[in-house]
Amino acid sequence: MEQDINIKITDRDGVTHEVLAPTDMAMNLMEVVRSYELAPEGTIGICGGMAMCASCQCYVLSDTELPEMQDDEEAMLSEAFYVKDNSRLGCQIQMTPEMEGLEVELAPES
Amino acid sequence: MIKTDILIIGAGPTGLFTVFEAGLLKLKCHLIDALPKAGGQCSEIYPKKPIYDIPAYPEILAGDLTHKLLEQCKQFEPGFTLGERAETIDKQKDGTFIVTTSKGTKHHAPVVTIAGGLGSFEPRKPLIDNLVEYEDKGVEYIIKEPEFYRNKKVVIAGGGDSALDWSIFLSDVASEVTLIHRRNEFRGHLDSVEKVQELKNAGKINLITPAEVIGVEGNGKIEAITVKQDAKTFTKQCDHFIPLFGLSPKLGPIADWGLEIEKNAIKVNNALDYQTNIPGIYAIGDVNTYPGKLKLILCGFHEATLMCQSAYQIINPGKKYVLKYTTVIGVDGFDGTRKEAPKAVVKKIE
Repeated sequence: MEQDINIKITDRDGVTHEVLAPTDMAMNLMEVVRSYELAPEGTIGICGGMAMCASCQCYVLSDTELPEMQDDEEAMLSEAFYVKDNSRLGCQIQMTPEMEGLEVELAPES
Repeated sequence: MIKTDILIIGAGPTGLFTVFEAGLLKLKCHLIDALPKAGGQCSEIYPKKPIYDIPAYPEILAGDLTHKLLEQCKQFEPGFTLGERAETIDKQKDGTFIVTTSKGTKHHAPVVTIAGGLGSFEPRKPLIDNLVEYEDKGVEYIIKEPEFYRNKKVVIAGGGDSALDWSIFLSDVASEVTLIHRRNEFRGHLDSVEKVQELKNAGKINLITPAEVIGVEGNGKIEAITVKQDAKTFTKQCDHFIPLFGLSPKLGPIADWGLEIEKNAIKVNNALDYQTNIPGIYAIGDVNTYPGKLKLILCGFHEATLMCQSAYQIINPGKKYVLKYTTVIGVDGFDGTRKEAPKAVVKKIE
């Protein structure tokens, strides 16, 4: 399907998964992780995707251009643990065709 | 010992609606919740956020939904054990259950319904090496009794609403309040942020930003914290350190109750009545799983309704009942109130 993009997600056990993510279903990265069950239910996307819990924190490994961080994401990350310079909240990254080749790693559960 | 017909674990929307549906069947409910107030995630995580998929509500704030559910079930006089986590369950010889909470409160009921959402909310603890050693020795993650802090030196860490609100509140109680956050910006209601600014200007709150607490020290009890601000590190004396970094749900002790668990949720019989593998224990709402499960509030309401019909049969074996409509029969509260549709007007036309 032409709207699908290839992305690589490294789960919390260090296993890297190559998955196809739809870009036409308003899905964000956190939801892609959940749809492929790459993190146990109840450990990711706890707030549903409102940038209010940081359970979907991930580290961006590729130099893919991503949407700019909004205030709420930045504020939530400032209260989260295990934060690095390349931390983002998966729920704030909507899948778009430009993100082909995106590589991320899920941050530890906290 | 608290006695009831249906003991509900979890006072979120699904648990609250269970009270109403059970009440229609003349069954009394009691709810246990680890949080100090009803509403579950709706109250704890997103009370000011709108929900758009509650039937007949084009838009409703999560906090308002909680209030309406409480109002709807009020006449059935639910009991509450709040701020206590359900820890153990013991099946009695007669098939009834005794559930004991973290504070030792015992509850006895013939039917137990777990409506625990994603689990009980546990504080998220900052990654400070010896923090655990000082828990309840000056380190607290939840403020239960503000008076506890009277005339004490308190340090609060965090950048959200609870950190802001408690700093404001304790500025009148404690001898000294210090608020530490990693950034200069706070994530909270505008009026709370402005109030903290005001109290800082008035010298009633010490604000240390952008900074982080990286260590705690003491002697049997906390005496000081270590703060890292930019390149410098310094020590600050305190009697209490309260990290407020939000709460994260954990299935917790329920996972050890002998229930079949799959994907962090409790497996139920969705073809029938949302009963678990242990007869008499049901699981409804976000906490359960079955093929095709959707974690939606409206699905929790449906599951609660079916569950109550099944619980009626356990509590009243063999007793006949048919589903009745509230519009037809009205609602008789346990508090003596009655709601009913006005009678049709019968009047002659001449």
